[in-house]
Amino acid sequence: MEKLIIAGKEFDSRLFLGTGKFNSNQVMEEAILASGTQMVTVAMKRIELENKEDDMLKHIVHPNIQLLPNTSGVRTAEEAVFAAQMAREAFGTNWLKLEIHPDPRYLLPDSTETLKATEELVKQGFVVLPYCQADPTLCKRLEEAGAATVMPLAAPIGTNKGLQTRDFLRIIIEQSNVPVVVDAGIGAPSHAAEAMEMGAAACLVNTAIAVAGNPVEMAIAFKEAVIAGRRAYEAGLGAQADNLVASASSPLTSFLNE
Amino acid sequence: MKLLVNNKETELTQGQTIAALAQQLELPAQGVAIALHNRMVPRTEWEHTVLKEGDSLVIIKAACGG
Repeated sequence: MEKLIIAGKEFDSRLFLGTGKFNSNQVMEEAILASGTQMVTVAMKRIELENKEDDMLKHIVHPNIQLLPNTSGVRTAEEAVFAAQMAREAFGTNWLKLEIHPDPRYLLPDSTETLKATEELVKQGFVVLPYCQADPTLCKRLEEAGAATVMPLAAPIGTNKGLQTRDFLRIIIEQSNVPVVVDAGIGAPSHAAEAMEMGAAACLVNTAIAVAGNPVEMAIAFKEAVIAGRRAYEAGLGAQADNLVASASSPLTSFLNE
Repeated sequence: MKLLVNNKETELTQGQTIAALAQQLELPAQGVAIALHNRMVPRTEWEHTVLKEGDSLVIIKAACGG
């Protein structure tokens, strides 16, 4: 399998993991390790002065894992830049999952603010991976602004509904000169495999693994699905027939009655 | 002096700098960032950043999220 390269850095794994919604940090860490991922998201929150809870960071810091801080909770480009600077300071990385979703109900990304923030953050030296609408025009704009990848959504975050934006993802993948990471809405390994078969560079999965009956097993299932999908893409899928006429794969010459 | 840390009134008992506050709050060596009046202050400047009564700080750390 080809390695994934983002901003000059090589990745063997094409599965990115989110760290939300796990029942415990222990299970989260086991799922991360089982998935083989090399890219893990981390959010930020205000510290509680009286509450010395278990520090989640130690569960995700591993030598082969690139931390990908996100800007979840910001509503504007200006807030995103502030959050990015805090993240860079806290986690010692200039990699950033830019997400600006002011609407608390559907959590859909604000395209205008996302583009504006990408332009500014690239200037400030960040490696920007913007979570965005599955909008081919926007994705080109983000690429031109210097985004290291584009991360269009498959369906609203946390819905597990799969590739609802399938046709737009196809166009984005066809047109993009930066890796296309399908983010949000992937609910089953088959969804991830489909995205990879289409030529997506990677998938970002969180809810589907975190809320599974057995998150560690599900992490392995996603790992295998992403590998299978990518292998299929690189191998070159056979073309689909555009009619219903069957085409035999075995010889149809009769040999019983001759 | 009285400070506002994450919107909570906090008494800084010893010292006057962000470094002193970090020490008093027993902040870890990694994984936190501090902003003073909504401007991030790099850790390298904590020792030289003198606080005054009523200053508002935000301190963040890692959290789970996708």
